[in-house]
Amino acid sequence: MDASIALVAIAPFAAAALAPLVQRIARPFAGWVLALVPASLFMLLLRLVEPVMAGGAISARIGWVPAFDLDLSFMVDGLSLTFALTISGIGMLIVLYSGAYLKGHPHLGRFFMFLLAFMGAMLGLVLSDNLLALFMFWELTSVTSFLLIGFDHTRQAARRGAIQALVITNIGGMGLLIGAIAVYQLTGTWDMSALGGEVRSSGLYGLVLAVFLLAAFTKSAQLPFHFWLPNAMEAPTPVSAFLHSATMVQGGVYLLARTTPWLGNTQAWTLILVCLGGATLLWGAIGAIRQTDLKQMLAQTTIASLGLSVLLLGLGTPAAISAMLLYFVAHALYKAGLFMVTGAVDHEAGTRDITVLGGLADSMPVTFIAAALACLAMIGLPLTLGYFAKEEMYLGLLSLQWPDIATLAVLLVGNAMLAGVAMLILIRPFLGPVLSTPKTAHEAPIAMLVGPIVLGAAGIVASVMPDWLGLALLEPGTLAVLGEAISGHLSLAVDPTNPLLWLSVATWALGYLVYRQAAALRTLSRRFEVALGWTADTAFDGAMFGLIRFSGAVTRLLHHGLLEIYLVTVFVMLALALVGPLLMLDGYAALLPTAELGNWSAKLTWPDLQVHEWGVIALALLGLGAVLFSANRLVAIVALGIQGTAVALIFLLFGAPDLAFTQLMVEILSVVILALVMTRLQLDERDSRQFEDLARDGTLALVCGAGVSLFLMVILSGSFDSRLSDLFAATSVPIAHGHNIVNVILVDYRGLDTLGEISVVMGAGIAIMALLRSRARRTVPPAPTPIRAPRRGKVAP
Amino acid sequence: MNTIIFRTIAPLIVAIMLVFSAYVCLRGHNEPGGGFIGGLIAASAIAVLGMASGAQAARRALRLDPMAIAGFGVVIAGMSGLLSLFTGSPFMTSIWLHLELGETTVPISTPMVFDIGVYLVVFGTIATIALALESDGGDGL
Repeated sequence: MDASIALVAIAPFAAAALAPLVQRIARPFAGWVLALVPASLFMLLLRLVEPVMAGGAISARIGWVPAFDLDLSFMVDGLSLTFALTISGIGMLIVLYSGAYLKGHPHLGRFFMFLLAFMGAMLGLVLSDNLLALFMFWELTSVTSFLLIGFDHTRQAARRGAIQALVITNIGGMGLLIGAIAVYQLTGTWDMSALGGEVRSSGLYGLVLAVFLLAAFTKSAQLPFHFWLPNAMEAPTPVSAFLHSATMVQGGVYLLARTTPWLGNTQAWTLILVCLGGATLLWGAIGAIRQTDLKQMLAQTTIASLGLSVLLLGLGTPAAISAMLLYFVAHALYKAGLFMVTGAVDHEAGTRDITVLGGLADSMPVTFIAAALACLAMIGLPLTLGYFAKEEMYLGLLSLQWPDIATLAVLLVGNAMLAGVAMLILIRPFLGPVLSTPKTAHEAPIAMLVGPIVLGAAGIVASVMPDWLGLALLEPGTLAVLGEAISGHLSLAVDPTNPLLWLSVATWALGYLVYRQAAALRTLSRRFEVALGWTADTAFDGAMFGLIRFSGAVTRLLHHGLLEIYLVTVFVMLALALVGPLLMLDGYAALLPTAELGNWSAKLTWPDLQVHEWGVIALALLGLGAVLFSANRLVAIVALGIQGTAVALIFLLFGAPDLAFTQLMVEILSVVILALVMTRLQLDERDSRQFEDLARDGTLALVCGAGVSLFLMVILSGSFDSRLSDLFAATSVPIAHGHNIVNVILVDYRGLDTLGEISVVMGAGIAIMALLRSRARRTVPPAPTPIRAPRRGKVAP
Repeated sequence: MNTIIFRTIAPLIVAIMLVFSAYVCLRGHNEPGGGFIGGLIAASAIAVLGMASGAQAARRALRLDPMAIAGFGVVIAGMSGLLSLFTGSPFMTSIWLHLELGETTVPISTPMVFDIGVYLVVFGTIATIALALESDGGDGL
């Protein structure tokens, strides 16, 4: 059983790798074939329900980096099992649905690949116990959702939505990483199941809480990070149904629930979660009424629902947690169903605007039934899961203290608005007079109907078994979050004396009012938005464009393309590096004259050199002079070669034939290559320089030269440590069978270094070739032959 | 520069330089020399050939793309290090084989193979650059 948990997280990735192949082979049935993967995972997870109900948490552990005490540990308890079942169950229906929705799309195989990989990431996220593994899967969900949102990558809006979602959720991801590392530093374990109250009692609690909340709030689209979610609706509808209702956005809610035992239930936690959750709930609900596009309405209600879940987690009472669990399941079922219904309407009628849709119930009866099931759950009528969720929410707040009353009011208003939106979604498109649509509406294909019908029916079926719900969902779930199991108390019985019933009735009544006044509320809220002038969305754009402008400015400043200034910068840095540190560390003390000037004579002795050695130095100086005073570039290049040859001769005279050899070859090749480069420019005539340039370059050259000389003198004034050379000299022949120590070091003692170096040499060669090639391609119209041609007496080919 | 004398003599010089470069490369373990210097000499030889008879002709004479030669060099240098894994020693431990050929003994070793790899990389890379610069207007690039 243990290994199967890891399999649940890994199998979708394997399926993702095979998806394009399956799509190519099974063409129209690819969706049905690939749905088998989540289906079997669902069955596998279902078998875990019984042991989890018995109160056990099942864990599995695979070594990852054992040296760092790092394992891939997975854990299934009431919370993760609820999420995992939702992900695999809805995932199965979504895969099926996608096959029909994107039928004939050229990149359907790729879509399946992204979708299954996302599912694997999500399952890994909810199953992992290790914080680092959790972070990895968390980021994987961001990346795969980026690919899914931007699936239709030819549209600019899709690309923008994808980038926005990635940027926002990744900011949170970084927070999660910081939080994970902080927790590890505080407690010495990556496993969340091993954590107790250490984090809460440590001085770093504020920081850890802040970064974890950042992660959860960005992922779950809480205020003020809510704006990416509506923009993510640029994704194909199946993606919206899966990621943006049932799974990814719930990741933040899951994280908060998962961290509650060791991070939650403090004053700061409750205050932040309740306030921001409540604000998000109201903001999302108002936003939903403002929209007329079905998908946008659903996106906004998702924001509201996420706010509601966060609020409940913030309350943290047993009733609130069981309400959260019930609401999560109810919401996942009805919201995924509604997105699928919307996709079907869009697919068959050609529009999603509720103001131009009407009377679809006649032509799409099955879709209408599915929509009705989902909407009734959203309104929270009896015999749906939504009803229990709502009752449970109100249950914990029945007191006379003002914070409870305020929270209750927020919940009531929020729920009422959501109910109103649900009525809009159900009644406007499907009932009333038939309006003509861009496409003639007819029933959607079966694969697109299975999902919403099954999900809607599941909500009803679950609600008629309240005892089982209590046992299978509430008890293990609250045990995982709170550490204590709440016994099942859900009941279908109607009791007129129960104030909860009247709160529900008030919600429905208010909801109906919202439905009636939707048009007026829409106008009002749009006017408010116009008056506000800007939104978080436009602020995001401003920040992104500002970033681009800033990096452009930095690039223009540093990467200006003026070779002269690059060289000046390089040499100024060289001079500073040579002179500065030694001056600061008093390194030149050995070279400077002391108080009595007489020491100079002791230091300045005429070197004792042979005639030919003087000759070599004269040659070097001659070359130097020729470089400085030559009239054209060719002479300067050759003179530079003379100077280098003299250096090679010095090496030869002082016992480094290898070095001399190499120096000579490098000099020859530099002259050849420089000359070849220069023939492409102007070889003759040096360009005339301003006096300022001459002074600047001359000073720089002198400082650099003096710096190198002083540096070498300081080095030589120290004693020579010959341990390494002695070792090499002693071992070269017996160990490496070679008399040439230089070569032995290169190919034997330091062979790995040399291997790296020759790889770099080859890489540089490829880069140079690419540069020359791109230049050659750009100059397709041949440049006019330079004037130099006749003077060089070039023989015509 | 491109005189008839140069063009006539160039192939001879190139041939001598190439033989010399191979000699310098192979004797490198005991005398001044080695793969790096040998490669540089051979690259100079190709540069001379390119100057005398044009980059195209030099390329034809090489038969192989110089960049491919460089890549091959990296590969055989790396492979020579892998051979030691068969003897159970760490990567790049040298293996020596002394072939008895009548009166003389010819030592063959993995460092020698490695040095040949270095030779090919240096030769291939520098030759690529030199020939690319010599060919006017990017022909054959």
